[in-house]
Amino acid sequence: MATAGRPVDMATLTHPELPIPTPPVTPVLQFEHVSMAFGAEKVLEDVSFQVSRGETKVLLGETNTGKTVLLKLALGLLRPTGGKIFVMGQEVSALPEEVLFGLRREIGIVFQESALFDSMTVRENVAYRLVEEGEMDDQQIEERVRTCLRFVELEATLDKMPDELSGGMRRRVSIARALAAEPDIMLYDSPTGGLDPVTATTIMELIIKLRDVNKVTSLLVTHRLQDAYLMATHVWDAEKRALKPAPSSQTHTTFLLLRDRHIIFDGSASELQAQTDPYIKNYLS
Amino acid sequence: MDGTSTLGFGFSGFIKERLLTLQEYSRMTARAFQNIFLKPFYFTDTLLQMDVIGVGSLPIVVLTGFFTGAVMALQLAATLAQYGQIERTGQLVSLSLVRELGPVLTSLMVAGRNASGMASELGSMVVTEQVDAMRAMGTDPMKKLVTPRLLATVIMNFFLAVISDICGLTGGFAYAVGALRLDAAQYWYSAYHALDFGDITQGLVKPIIFGIIVASVGCYYGISARGGTRGVGRATTQSVVAASVLIIVSDFLLSRLLIGLLG
Repeated sequence: MATAGRPVDMATLTHPELPIPTPPVTPVLQFEHVSMAFGAEKVLEDVSFQVSRGETKVLLGETNTGKTVLLKLALGLLRPTGGKIFVMGQEVSALPEEVLFGLRREIGIVFQESALFDSMTVRENVAYRLVEEGEMDDQQIEERVRTCLRFVELEATLDKMPDELSGGMRRRVSIARALAAEPDIMLYDSPTGGLDPVTATTIMELIIKLRDVNKVTSLLVTHRLQDAYLMATHVWDAEKRALKPAPSSQTHTTFLLLRDRHIIFDGSASELQAQTDPYIKNYLS
Repeated sequence: MDGTSTLGFGFSGFIKERLLTLQEYSRMTARAFQNIFLKPFYFTDTLLQMDVIGVGSLPIVVLTGFFTGAVMALQLAATLAQYGQIERTGQLVSLSLVRELGPVLTSLMVAGRNASGMASELGSMVVTEQVDAMRAMGTDPMKKLVTPRLLATVIMNFFLAVISDICGLTGGFAYAVGALRLDAAQYWYSAYHALDFGDITQGLVKPIIFGIIVASVGCYYGISARGGTRGVGRATTQSVVAASVLIIVSDFLLSRLLIGLLG
């Protein structure tokens, strides 16, 4: 079972005591010495990190530290002023916009303010990408839309307009819309920002459920530490339909901390808590 | 876009900024035209825009055209009467309307109503990240948002200008026959025979060019809107001002060119 899907290594057959070599993990998302500036104002400098398949990276930092810019760079919505960005092996920082449209179909994003199309119903919003791709008939699209809305527990809002929904509901519809195309990578831009604690927890439950059920690679931007720790310490229990505590080896979640345009920490939750740097200690307190 | 803040201050910075704007505007317009021939085609969006721009603008274009024709008949008749040429009212109304006033006034009306609408709609989509969401979902906003508006405006502005001409002639006719007691047949005869190929060509080419101006300016200001609701408001105002001024200036240049070509 352990070798399923991998080429069989003859050495392990003749010498079963040898460990099965782990294939090199190709990062799904990789930043190499990325810098970004708007005119004279530098936003990011020499940022390097990578996210492997199935991993969740939580990007922490104070406001105005370039977290949203970093997400937009990953999606190719902005071009870096220096460095390279690879998404699924393709250098998005060098690809023309026309090619990026195809690549972006593999990526889902939840914007900070949801960014739902305000002149479309919830159904049309969630179906948008599927209709654009034109690969499914109307019935298949309807089924997919309902499945996605059921996932976020908002099937009853199909015919509502975005302005009829609360902030938390809009955020959930935004998650459903991102899910519709079954992306390999999910990017979340402060998905709980501005929400009350109960709604924020509901959103985080959905994100964790998505991570554990669909095995989606994620990059989550947040400035709420409690969300980050929830992500790193809990998994979705499908039987009880609730979160349950789990060790970090099961959550596949690591943290990045941005400060003054630089990444000052990249590691696990326990490593973050063990940091002695005064800024990090102060940030965590 | 981001380079604008590095251009420096003073006159040279101002000139560079304007040139950069012109370059971005030209690139956007060129791409919008190029997209007409590239898949995917947004027929439904184009039809929807034709309805919004064309059918939606019909009442103001009909009213403007009708009363412009009527007021021209009123003003011209007074002058023509001094020379005993009042029967030429139809001829002058027809020439002025078809060559100049029909296309220009129609386009100014369409600019006032639709360039502002495009700028505010697209601007709102930009500041609420809906355009980014569209790009993030693999849709080219130029294809989805700009090209249908450009195509719809060019087509509908052409027909609106023709309708405006007809309404203007009818307005002139109503005043000439109703108030001046001119012969109806004579009015239409002189109006019809006053026009030659060059006049009609001018009257049909101008609304096409003006339609391009209205849509491209409206979309450019919308797509490049920044700074929240205040930015959207500014973009809306600027789009109407810029489109109107460009229509008037290009009308002079087009008239000169077409008269030179067609006589």
